[in-house]
Amino acid sequence: MIIGGIRVPLFASLIIWAILWEIAGRSGASFVIPPLSAIFARIVEIVPTPTFLAALAVTAKTFVIGNAIAILVGIPIGVAMGRSDLADRTLLPWVNMFISAPLSALVPVIMVLFGLGETTIILTVVLFAIWIIVLDTRAGVRSIPPSLVEMARSFGASRLQAFGKIYVWAALPEILSSIRLGMIRAVKGVVIGQLLVSIVGFGRLFELYSSHFLMEHFWALLFVIFAFAFALNEALAWLERRVEYYAASRT
Amino acid sequence: MATIAEASAARQGGGTRPILAHPLVLRLASVAVVCAAWEYAGRVPISPAFPTFLETMAALFDMIRDGSLGKAFAVTLEPLVIGLAASVIAGVGLGVLMGLNRFAEWLGAPLFIIAQAAPMAALIPIITFAYGIGLLAKVVTVCMMAMPVIVLNSLNAIRHTPTSLIEMGRSFQASRLNLIAKIILPSAAPVIFAGLRLGAASGFIGVILAELLITPTGIGDIITYNQSIAEYPKMYAAIFAIIAVSVLFIEALEWIELTLFRPEKRASA
Amino acid sequence: MTARAEHYASPSRVAVEVRGVSKIYDGGVEALNDISLYFPEGQLTTLLGPSGCGKTTLLKIIAGLIAPTSGSVKVEGREVTGPGPERAFVFQDFALMPWASVMRNVAFGLELRGVAKTERERVAQGYIGEVGLKGFEAAYPHALSGGMRQRVGLARALAVNAKVLLMDEPFSAVDEQTRRKFQEDLLRLVAQERKTFIFVTHSIEEAVYVSDRIVLLSKRPSRVSEIITPAIDRSVDPERIRRSQAYLDTVEAIWQGLKRYLE
Repeated sequence: MIIGGIRVPLFASLIIWAILWEIAGRSGASFVIPPLSAIFARIVEIVPTPTFLAALAVTAKTFVIGNAIAILVGIPIGVAMGRSDLADRTLLPWVNMFISAPLSALVPVIMVLFGLGETTIILTVVLFAIWIIVLDTRAGVRSIPPSLVEMARSFGASRLQAFGKIYVWAALPEILSSIRLGMIRAVKGVVIGQLLVSIVGFGRLFELYSSHFLMEHFWALLFVIFAFAFALNEALAWLERRVEYYAASRT
Repeated sequence: MATIAEASAARQGGGTRPILAHPLVLRLASVAVVCAAWEYAGRVPISPAFPTFLETMAALFDMIRDGSLGKAFAVTLEPLVIGLAASVIAGVGLGVLMGLNRFAEWLGAPLFIIAQAAPMAALIPIITFAYGIGLLAKVVTVCMMAMPVIVLNSLNAIRHTPTSLIEMGRSFQASRLNLIAKIILPSAAPVIFAGLRLGAASGFIGVILAELLITPTGIGDIITYNQSIAEYPKMYAAIFAIIAVSVLFIEALEWIELTLFRPEKRASA
Repeated sequence: MTARAEHYASPSRVAVEVRGVSKIYDGGVEALNDISLYFPEGQLTTLLGPSGCGKTTLLKIIAGLIAPTSGSVKVEGREVTGPGPERAFVFQDFALMPWASVMRNVAFGLELRGVAKTERERVAQGYIGEVGLKGFEAAYPHALSGGMRQRVGLARALAVNAKVLLMDEPFSAVDEQTRRKFQEDLLRLVAQERKTFIFVTHSIEEAVYVSDRIVLLSKRPSRVSEIITPAIDRSVDPERIRRSQAYLDTVEAIWQGLKRYLE
């Protein structure tokens, strides 16, 4: 971006914050804020360890499965709501409600019904991700211009052909966007699920570090997760931009 | 008719099943279906830990009647209200400042963008280390969860003020103050309000997680206590109550915005 | 039809003088190249040219909304350094505040000047009537058609009583019938008010219909390519103008000239 005529890279201010953190950490102002350099050292230290990799495996597995379910279930529901007024009017109030409801309150229910294991985490991921996928997919489908539909029919496309060759592509920008937003929520879901279950994956590590007051380790783990969440977001946004070129000209 | 939605609405306007199509009827019907399904699932039972709808509602009314629900809400909502108020004032202020000043934006935006994408809930244990387990820790949790989205929405709202409105103001020689107060802020209001609603939702998540993760008080206490003694109807009732309150609170925010600030949205709402 | 390049020695007073104005945007896009023009007082001069030729840029430079890279603009002898009370702008996309009523929108220019509420509403009321929106004072922009919204924009510009009215393709965002009506209304307005109008359009018919003078701008980077004064008798019924020989000849001549740029 440009400030006062000088072009400055967008995230460069993080360097300033990093320096401030390092200073604060070294001054020993609070044991909660260790120096940044120490945190980075710990990251290098713990990432290759088997405990970390095991936790990563559990987290990755539950994340991927949860997202897959949310996408495979959510997109068809969103499409159904986009094409059928009846489905839409029945389901929309619920979707709207769950999108802004504190889903964390439902995690104890999942824990109680499905135990303290990976299943609960997977279901938490699904719970967090699915609503935005449904809503944005619906929006994408609803904004398909009927002239595209009529074009498909006038050239003799069957319903399946129309769906696969036209609707999916026409609504694709919104669908990809919904998946991206779903994944961001899924990251929050997988973390919250593990924090509450706390004997699985990263939740277990967090519990371990915090009970032993290993602040540097705790922050190291946080940074890794935050970095992953951010990188995922950027990767998906990039993918979205590749598809977005035709989004504006659909009407 | 520009979209499929409008086209299908026009098609169905023919009134094949007028009563069923009435929005309120449909809504009540779907609520009834869900409650019935809940009741059935509880009776089967799909799990010993799954009470029926009626059991849950009975427990809910019990807790309302003996005042325990009310007291719990008072304890839970206290850090929420304080935290949200602080988040709104600081968040909108920061967002507007960053929207009007490029340097402030460069300095602050990356922090909030990362906070928005990252699972802030993971920071809750750190908050307990720093602030203990009392009211302050919970207020800080709410602020931490709510502020990023409020700040970013305010920032974007200001930055996306339509250029022609600003040019219009400048063409009539508006002072900087007038430009901000009479054009930029009113134009940004709807997106800022949307941010407030999202912030409120995040605030609720924050306060619930704080109660479930830090120390159980208020509603969180009802949930964890009844979970530990397997008193599931009360546990589910408390969860139902907090979700209901959260949804109503956010609806109330939307109603306030429409009534007080944007008359032209009432036409389309 | 007469087409001739004009010199500075001209009988009527000069309201706006543009000297050697060039505009190069960041990124090297050269929008205007050494434009020198003058706009006589009390007349409607149109800037006409193909899309993207910089006519809106020139208009905004005159308005003081954009600064030229080189050259100067003088309004009533005083150099332009920014927007001023003697100039008012009418926007292509209306630029109405959606949260304000018609009355507030029209009175907005006066509101920014610190005019008291009763006074500015009184003035605004007059212009609301003049543009034909009487009865719609309390309405909001979203409830108005495109044509009505542009009338609000016009009323707002008239209400501040500026000497120079700058109009940026004001009729391009409305439908054809409304546009024709607007053009007729504009003729009436020009005859009635004693203001200088500078009008931007890409429609040849519109330019010939409403203008006292037409400045033809070339493709980017724009230079003044020709100045035409349509010799049209405007005292006849406005509807007859579109069929008068002078009108048709002028339109055809301009079209032939501009065709070169499209090929």
